[in-house]
Amino acid sequence: MMNLLLDDLPALQVMLPLLCAPLCFILRIKGLPWLIAFVTSILTFAVSFMLFNQVADGDILSYAMGGWAPPWGIEYRVDRLNSFFMLLISGIGVVALLFARKSVDSEIIACKQSIFYSAFMLCLAGLLGILITGDAFNVFVFLEISALSSYVLISFGQDRRALTATFQYLIMGTIGATMILIGLGFMYMMTGTLNMADLATRLPEVMNTNTIRTAFAFIVIGASIKLALFPLHIWLPNAYSYAPSVVTVFLAATSTKVALYVLLRFVFTVFGAEFAFGEMPLQHILMFMAVLAVLTGSLCAVFQTNIKHVLAYSSIGQIGYMVIGVALLTTTGLAAGILHVFNHAIMKACLFLAIGCVYYRHGSARIEDFKGIGKTMPWTMAAFVIGGLGLIGMPLTVGFISKWYLVIAAMEQGAIGAVTISIILIGSLLAVAYVWRIVEVAYFNEPTKEKAKIKEAPLALLIPTWIMALATIYFGIKTDFSVIAATNAATTLMGAK
Amino acid sequence: MEMLPISFEKAMLMSMALPLITAGLVKLFGNKPNLRETITLTGATATFLSVLILLEAVLNNNGPSYTFGALIPGLDLKLQVEPLGMLFALIASFLWIITTIYAIGYMRGNKESNQTRFFICFALAICFTLGIAFAANLLTLFVFYELLTLSTYPLVAHAGTEKAKRGARIYLSILLTTSIAFFLPAIIWTYHMAGTTDFALGGIFPAETGHLALGILLILFCFGVGKAALMPFHRWLPSAMVAPTPVSALLHAVAVVKAGVFTILKIMVFVFGADLLTELPARDIMLYVAGASILLSSLIAIAQDNLKARLAYSTISQLGYVTLGALLAIDVATVGSTMHIAMHAFGKITLFFCAGAIYVAAKKTEISDMRGLGKAMPFTMFAFFIGSLSIIGLPPTGGTWSKWYLMLGSLDTGHLILMGVLMVSSLLNIAYLLPIPMRAFFGKEAEASKAKLKEAPWPMLLAMGVTVTGCIALFLFPQPLFELASMLTMEEKVNG
Repeated sequence: MMNLLLDDLPALQVMLPLLCAPLCFILRIKGLPWLIAFVTSILTFAVSFMLFNQVADGDILSYAMGGWAPPWGIEYRVDRLNSFFMLLISGIGVVALLFARKSVDSEIIACKQSIFYSAFMLCLAGLLGILITGDAFNVFVFLEISALSSYVLISFGQDRRALTATFQYLIMGTIGATMILIGLGFMYMMTGTLNMADLATRLPEVMNTNTIRTAFAFIVIGASIKLALFPLHIWLPNAYSYAPSVVTVFLAATSTKVALYVLLRFVFTVFGAEFAFGEMPLQHILMFMAVLAVLTGSLCAVFQTNIKHVLAYSSIGQIGYMVIGVALLTTTGLAAGILHVFNHAIMKACLFLAIGCVYYRHGSARIEDFKGIGKTMPWTMAAFVIGGLGLIGMPLTVGFISKWYLVIAAMEQGAIGAVTISIILIGSLLAVAYVWRIVEVAYFNEPTKEKAKIKEAPLALLIPTWIMALATIYFGIKTDFSVIAATNAATTLMGAK
Repeated sequence: MEMLPISFEKAMLMSMALPLITAGLVKLFGNKPNLRETITLTGATATFLSVLILLEAVLNNNGPSYTFGALIPGLDLKLQVEPLGMLFALIASFLWIITTIYAIGYMRGNKESNQTRFFICFALAICFTLGIAFAANLLTLFVFYELLTLSTYPLVAHAGTEKAKRGARIYLSILLTTSIAFFLPAIIWTYHMAGTTDFALGGIFPAETGHLALGILLILFCFGVGKAALMPFHRWLPSAMVAPTPVSALLHAVAVVKAGVFTILKIMVFVFGADLLTELPARDIMLYVAGASILLSSLIAIAQDNLKARLAYSTISQLGYVTLGALLAIDVATVGSTMHIAMHAFGKITLFFCAGAIYVAAKKTEISDMRGLGKAMPFTMFAFFIGSLSIIGLPPTGGTWSKWYLMLGSLDTGHLILMGVLMVSSLLNIAYLLPIPMRAFFGKEAEASKAKLKEAPWPMLLAMGVTVTGCIALFLFPQPLFELASMLTMEEKVNG
């Protein structure tokens, strides 16, 4: 029995949260949907962990769904790249759900909570599905599952603007998904296959056709919309800001990361770096957009008054860092980009969790609410400062490690590298500006009269927040795990073609 | 070797752990002021003693080292005690005791709020300063350097007023900007070129490294270490004077600016090395930048009427001396620079203590209001006089020696212009410092102040007494300091 389960780990990775979703929906007893979701997320995390260990030596795990051998059936394919991403996503899922109980109770009325949790689990299943599948069309399917469920999740936001934000996201998300679908259709037309590994072997014969070039463009743009790469980022700030706190935490730490994975997978594994960067000018486009993303994202963050907006724009800038790493087109650069995916997920989760604590007590997260919060909510604010220092890239936090590797990777490039380095550092300085604005208000302003009585957030919210705050420091000091995993992932990707 | 209760390695770790423990205890007993301050004093004394234990090991050329582990695979977080760091650690930990005594008097006399936060951040700053002093490589140094910036920010913004917040914002932004934009890339570049960031006497760069790259690197380092306040990145120091006076003492004498020039010296001696440094054309540029920084800030100091602002610009000028000496890359100048760190620390802390005493006792901040103050506060003004002499470099104070060696250094390397800069600057020092005690003693009292003035609370006077004695003692017995400083150059000879 145990052996059977172990063999089916890749299937369980997706099936667990997927099957949990209807369960949450059916069992509408108070508190039960949360419990089911939480336990399932822990099991899902355990599965990710086992998968991660199984492929850590560089093996590739191929699983034929339903026993239909690839390339005819759907193949799940686990390697060092996606196992690292899955570990991250399912880990964030656990922390977000730990936070969810109290936070959701205060933000979403009881009778809708079961729908909320089933949408949440669907979203988790969708994201993990995108990561694990080796089938290109399956990517689209899971992309839609995760996107549709996240529209639902965002629309749960208390603020009425959540609805327009959802609508905007829906339009953009659908355009993105459709573009990917069209790209896939072109590829299928030319090769007759949808399995990624199979595509990779068949594509070179037809590489010189305009159809494939068009397919490539569609897929890259589609993935970039999902990734919120500048200038395709307009859906992100509002979606993050008006969603319920826990949804913001989860989406900010996962969904754009998974979109980056899609981009990496298609560009490096399916099309191959030679085609993408040799034949197509992808490197220059990505680098240019990434640089603009860092500058505009960080600059916009400086001028926001809603703290969720500040962090959302900061995310746009941070996505730029990841893409810079990718666009350097070396193993070190790619490793730095992937490392930043991991590190950024941790610190952004920490920050949004802290904001969630503030929102729980204040009912909003505008900069005025932060006056004197260093005194009234010391633990929340301390976690926020740790996350903020991570964004700046202070030593002993994860942000520093990312920055170090990005700069090292850029340094190997000579003159172009120097420009890149200066962009990375300017972004870092802008982070000082937008983080410190909040810190200053929190610690050196007195709270207004009615806010002075507000108490620290409850433990149920502080514990997940501090798990991420400590992770921000832990992975900034004990870096071998993340650095080795990211380097392995990058080597896998570069060696793919 | 005599019997010691603990090993050198443990003493080194303890000297860094003690301030941390102190900070924790201060937080715990924050609402009992007497106990809180007893803890700080005890912690400070214990820290100084554990640093002192290390002195014997360093004099025997056997400084302990300790590796915390790899921060980045291949790059360790590591400590190693050597003479220069030893000297810096001794000054910082000793002056922590004195500043604490002073701060107790000042904070109570002035009825400041948030005193617990003040003492916590102060203890943390000392811990990080010792981390800078004992850092065995550039990465470790950078880690503690940034932590020092962060831990001193709440001290500068202490008052919480708009003005204090603005000052603290400038403080933080300039220090972080320089360290992120110049210092960090310089460190990564060093790692990229040399394959290591471990300090080694005589430098770490392979012989074939291009001089153009090294020149750019040198400039990045000189401006990147913003704490050394080389013009034009000096604005944070005058801005930070909004802080309470004990904090100014911490910034100007105990930790922050000293950490800056210490880092510069350390990089020149242990990363570049004297031989390489003299070959770089960029070195000459930076020499003149340092010279200009010395002269310009002295000139600005003359125009300041606010006492703390004048002292702040004086500090910028004195830091230029240390940077200049480090860049000259010749034995006497290195010794002079090293000694000047100590001499300036004692001189400037005395002056700031006096400024704080005047503020607490008479609520005066402007120099023009201090006429005739010598009658009411003779001790304070006398201390100010001695402190000024040390900054100017006149006997019977310690500043004499360091300036002597620095001038000798510029003469030996044939930089006559720089020699002239140093001389003119000394004259300017006289012009902006000595009139203050002179007017206080011989000037006519202003009409308005009929109120009875008396000296500041006794803990403040005690602290001033110790630092004044220090200034004079360093003149009479400079030998230990000189020996420690010349170990840097002698080892270089042995190794080279």
